[in-house]
Amino acid sequence: MMMNIVSISLGAILINNFIFSQFLGCCPFLGCSNKVDTAAGMGLAVIFVMGLASAICWVVDTYILVPMGLAFLETLAFILIIAALVQFVEMFLKKMVPTLYSALGIYLPLITTNCAVLGVVLLNVQNNYNFIESVVYGVTGGVGFLLAIVLFASVREKVEFAEYPKCFEGFPICLVSAALLALAFMGFSGMKIF
Amino acid sequence: MNEKNERLILDVAYQPQVRTELDTKRIMLTVIVALLPALVVSVIRYGAYPLAVAAVSTASAVFFEWAYRALMKKSRTVDDLSAAVTGLLLAMVMPAGIPLWVPVIGDLFAIVVVKQLYGGIGKNFLNPALAGRAFLLASYAMLMGVWTTPKTLAGAVDTVTMATPLSYLYGGKALPEYFSRLNLFLGNRPGCIGELSTLAILIGAAILLVFKIIDWRIPVSTVGTVAVLTLIFGKDGYGNFDWMVYNLLTGGLLFGAVFMATDYATSPVTRKGRVLYGFGIGALTVLIRYFGGYPEGISYAILIMNLCSWAIDKAFHRRQFGVTAEDIKAEKAAREGKK
Amino acid sequence: MNIRKQFKEGLITNNPVLVQLIGMCATMAITTSLFNGVGMGLSVTVILTCCNVVISAIRKIIPDEIRLAIFVVVIAGFVTIVDLLLQAFIPALSEALGVFIPLIVVNCIIIGRAEAFCQKNTVGASFIDGIAQGLGYTMVLIVMCVIREFFGSGRFGGGLIELSGGFRFTLDGTGTGIQIFDPDYGAGILNRPFGGFLTLGVLIAVMQYFTAKAKKKAELKAAEAKEAEDE
Repeated sequence: MMMNIVSISLGAILINNFIFSQFLGCCPFLGCSNKVDTAAGMGLAVIFVMGLASAICWVVDTYILVPMGLAFLETLAFILIIAALVQFVEMFLKKMVPTLYSALGIYLPLITTNCAVLGVVLLNVQNNYNFIESVVYGVTGGVGFLLAIVLFASVREKVEFAEYPKCFEGFPICLVSAALLALAFMGFSGMKIF
Repeated sequence: MNEKNERLILDVAYQPQVRTELDTKRIMLTVIVALLPALVVSVIRYGAYPLAVAAVSTASAVFFEWAYRALMKKSRTVDDLSAAVTGLLLAMVMPAGIPLWVPVIGDLFAIVVVKQLYGGIGKNFLNPALAGRAFLLASYAMLMGVWTTPKTLAGAVDTVTMATPLSYLYGGKALPEYFSRLNLFLGNRPGCIGELSTLAILIGAAILLVFKIIDWRIPVSTVGTVAVLTLIFGKDGYGNFDWMVYNLLTGGLLFGAVFMATDYATSPVTRKGRVLYGFGIGALTVLIRYFGGYPEGISYAILIMNLCSWAIDKAFHRRQFGVTAEDIKAEKAAREGKK
Repeated sequence: MNIRKQFKEGLITNNPVLVQLIGMCATMAITTSLFNGVGMGLSVTVILTCCNVVISAIRKIIPDEIRLAIFVVVIAGFVTIVDLLLQAFIPALSEALGVFIPLIVVNCIIIGRAEAFCQKNTVGASFIDGIAQGLGYTMVLIVMCVIREFFGSGRFGGGLIELSGGFRFTLDGTGTGIQIFDPDYGAGILNRPFGGFLTLGVLIAVMQYFTAKAKKKAELKAAEAKEAEDE
C-alpha cells in the first residue's frame, strides 16, 4: 500500500507529469504563468480542487453510479460535481477563510474548465484506484501541476528578455518554451523506485 | 539638502557587467583549447573518426547560426565563436561511432530552436549543446546507445561494440578487469567522445580555471554532491568507497560538470546560487543514475537545473552597499501598506 | 449570415486553435497519427454541431444566470453519446483517444461557441457555424498529425491508410500508412509530448506571420484608397 502510494505520487509529479507528458491542464498552464506569484496561486488552487474532486467523485461513483448501473453517466456527473464543488469552495473560502480566498479566489472559477481536474477523476476510474489512491493521485497530480507551472513562470520571466521573431510573440514562444521544459523533464521518464 | 538624502547607495551586481565581442571570442577560444586534451584522448582511442564528428558538428553549428541570422536579417554573430563551441560540445557528447548526419540534426535544433529563436547568445535558457543531445537521445535512441570498442581495448575485448562501464554499474554487475581504475582515469573505455579520460578533462578544467573562464563552485559542488551521496548510499555488491570512485570516473559526470554546467547564459551568477545549482545537478544525477530509465543522468540533471537557475538567482538577491536595516524595514512596510 | 463567410472564419480567419487559441490540450496530445487526428476532429465536429443546434434552439428559454450549467449538461450529454457510440463501433479509436473523448466536455471550443455564437444566432446559422468551426479544428489536427508523423517517423496516414493489398482506408486503426522514408531517420521525439508543444507553437507562429502580413497589406490598401479619395 505504502509502496503503491509512493509510486503513484512519483508518477504524477515527475514521470507522467500532468502537463509535460499528459497534456492535461494546458490552458491555465499557458494562461496563468506570467508571474511566479500568480502561477503559484493557480497551482495551489488546483491541488486543493483536484484532491477534493477526486475524493467526492470516487464516493459518488462507487456508492451511487456503479450500484445503480449508471456508470455511463460518469462524465456528466463528474463535470456537474466539479462545477458545484468549485462554486461551493469559493463561497466557503469567502466566508470562512478570507485570507486564503483573497489568494486563491480569482483562480477558482477558471478551474471548472481545467481539464486536469476532470481528467484526474476520469483517470481514477480508469485505473481502478481505491479511495486513498484516488485522493493521493489527485493531490500529487496537482503538485505536479504546481511544479510545472511555477518552473514555467520562472522561465518565462527570463524569456521576457529574449528577442524572438515577431510572429512568435504570445502563445508560440510559450509553447516552444514549454516544449523545451518537456524535453528536460524527459530525464524522469522510465524512472522506477521499486 | 541634508546629508541623509545625499547618501550614496551602490548596487553590487555580478558579472557580466560589460560585454564586448572580443571578450566573448577570447572566452570561447579558451574553451576550445580546454576541450583539445579530451579530443586528443578520443583520437588515441578511436583513430581519426572523432575528429570527423567534431569537424562536421562544428561546421554545421556555425553554418546554422550564420544562416539563421542572415535569413532573419540580424547582425552576424558567428565570429564570436559561440556557435563553434556549441557544435564542438555537441560532438563531445556523441558516442564515438555516431553516423555523421546525427550531430547535424542536433546542431540544427540546438542553434535554431534553443539558442537563436530566443535571440542568440545569452538569451537562451537551456544549454544548447545538451538540449541538442537530449533531442537526439529521444529521437535516435538506438544510434545513441552504440558504443564502439576503443582500439586500445582490442586485445581484451573482441567485439566491435561493447557495454560502457556505467551500464555495468547501472545493471549492478561487477566491472570487468579491463576497466581498472587506471584505465578509467586515462579514458581507456568506450563512451562519448569528450568524456573518456578523467585526466584530460581535469587538464581542461585547469585551463578554464587558470584563465578565470569558469567558477570552481559549480563543478566542485556538482562532483562533490555526487561523491557524498554515492558514498553514503552505496550499492549492493560494491564497497561504498569503490562505488563512489566508479561513479566519479565513469559516464559524463566530470565533463558535464566542467564544460556544460558552467555555461554562462544558463547557470546562476550569484556565488551561493552556483553552489546550490551544482548541488541540484549532483543530486538529480544520482537520482537518475539510481532509479532513472537511463544509465547516465548528468545531461538531464543539468537541463533541469538550467530551468531553475533564474529562480535561484532571484532567491539570492544581490547586496546593496549603503542600505541600513531601517531602510529595508521601511521599504517592506511601504510595500505591505500598498497591498 | 453568409455561409461562405462562416466557413472562411471557421477554417482560417477565426480558426478555433490557431486564432482563438482554445482547445489546445487535445490538439497537442492526440496528434500522433492521422487516424487519431481525423477521428478526434470529426468527433468534435459532430458534438459541436449537435450542441450548437440544441443550444440555439433553446436560447430564448434559458435563464441567463444558469446558462453555463445548462450548456455543460447539453455538451456532456452529447459527449457521452459519442463516447458510447465510439466504444461500440470504433473501439480502436476510443482506445487511442482514451480520456480525451470525455474531456471534450471541458474543451473550450464548444462552450466558447455556445457563449459567443449560438446565444445570438438562429438554428440554421448555428448549424453551419458548428460544421465550419469543427472542420477548422479538424484541419489543424490533420496538419499537426501530418507534420509530426512525417518528421517523426517518415510516414503519412498512420492507422488510416493501408497500402498492402491495394490502397484502402482502414477504420479500425490498423493501417500502416505510407512509408516515405526509413523511420530510423525520423526524429522520434516529435511523437512525444515535446513534439506536440513545438509543432503547435510553430504552427501558430506561422499563422501569426501571415495574419500580420495580410493586415499590413490591407492597411496599405486602405491608406492608398484614402489618398486617392483625398485627391
